[in-house]
Amino acid sequence: MDNTTIIAMVSIITAGITTGIGCMIPALGQGKSISTALSSMAQQPDASQTVTRTLFVGLAMLESLAIYCFVISMILIFANPFWNHFIA
Amino acid sequence: MELSPDETIFWQNGFITINLTLVTTWVLMFVLVLVSVLVTRKLRTDLKISRWQCILEMLVTGMNEQIKEVGLKKSEKFLGFIGTLFIFIAFANLCIIFPSYEPPTSSLSTTAALAICVFLATPIFGIAENGVLQYLKTFIEPTFIMLPFNIISEISRTLALAVRLFGNIMSGGLIVTILLSIAPLFFPVLMTVLGLITGIIQAYIFSILATVYIAAATEESDKKKSRRKDKANKLIVAET
Repeated sequence: MDNTTIIAMVSIITAGITTGIGCMIPALGQGKSISTALSSMAQQPDASQTVTRTLFVGLAMLESLAIYCFVISMILIFANPFWNHFIA
Repeated sequence: MELSPDETIFWQNGFITINLTLVTTWVLMFVLVLVSVLVTRKLRTDLKISRWQCILEMLVTGMNEQIKEVGLKKSEKFLGFIGTLFIFIAFANLCIIFPSYEPPTSSLSTTAALAICVFLATPIFGIAENGVLQYLKTFIEPTFIMLPFNIISEISRTLALAVRLFGNIMSGGLIVTILLSIAPLFFPVLMTVLGLITGIIQAYIFSILATVYIAAATEESDKKKSRRKDKANKLIVAET
């Protein structure tokens, strides 16, 4: 195996693992925050507007953690700096 | 495969490059300015107002309320900056309903520029409100040990702002592109609808985070003012 093959293999495997773990753990956090928000909305329906707004902001913050991992795996697959270095 | 509209280059001369991101940004800016100028040219205060004026009024009052809810009392002062951020990002993200449009926010250069604007605006507003010393004092709150962490957080939150917006919009476009090759009939439409929601939420989050950062930099003066007001009230009470 030459250098480019090794780099391609390692990048693809790492990209998969990165997106996998990076989706799993934020999903747990998002599920927890949604369930807490739902139960608090059931207890206090008057505050549901505030809770919903805060929930959406919080969800998007958590979502961006998963997106960071996604960006890294996209860079590994489509714009890999090491791959470009060895090709050039 | 293209990751960002930066790679479509129209004209290049040495350091200066004109790519799709720049062109789209300028077209969006032109459209926004043109619509605003046309609508605000004939504003009315009657009972019957034009539809466009109604939309603009809803936008401005809504943004004012949101800024006030975060804790900035004089929201009109910050509306220019935060409102511009929100309207530009929301409009740029919503235009994905047009075919063969690539949002400029899916390029890291645009989002980094917007984040740097927030990075610079925070100390400017803070110093304008409280003065240099009072602003620098926020870096050693609550204790002196926190100084390096405060500086690191200042930089890392700018990076997070840029990458969050870029990643969300870029991933939306990329997923549509990938799905087009797998299931070309219905799923891309659904994903585009999801992209509209994500775009609006990301615009909201970007501007609300900018508001929170500015509020954190300017809040000291409000405390001081209320303390001063309390003192004045006490004096008045004591005198009478």
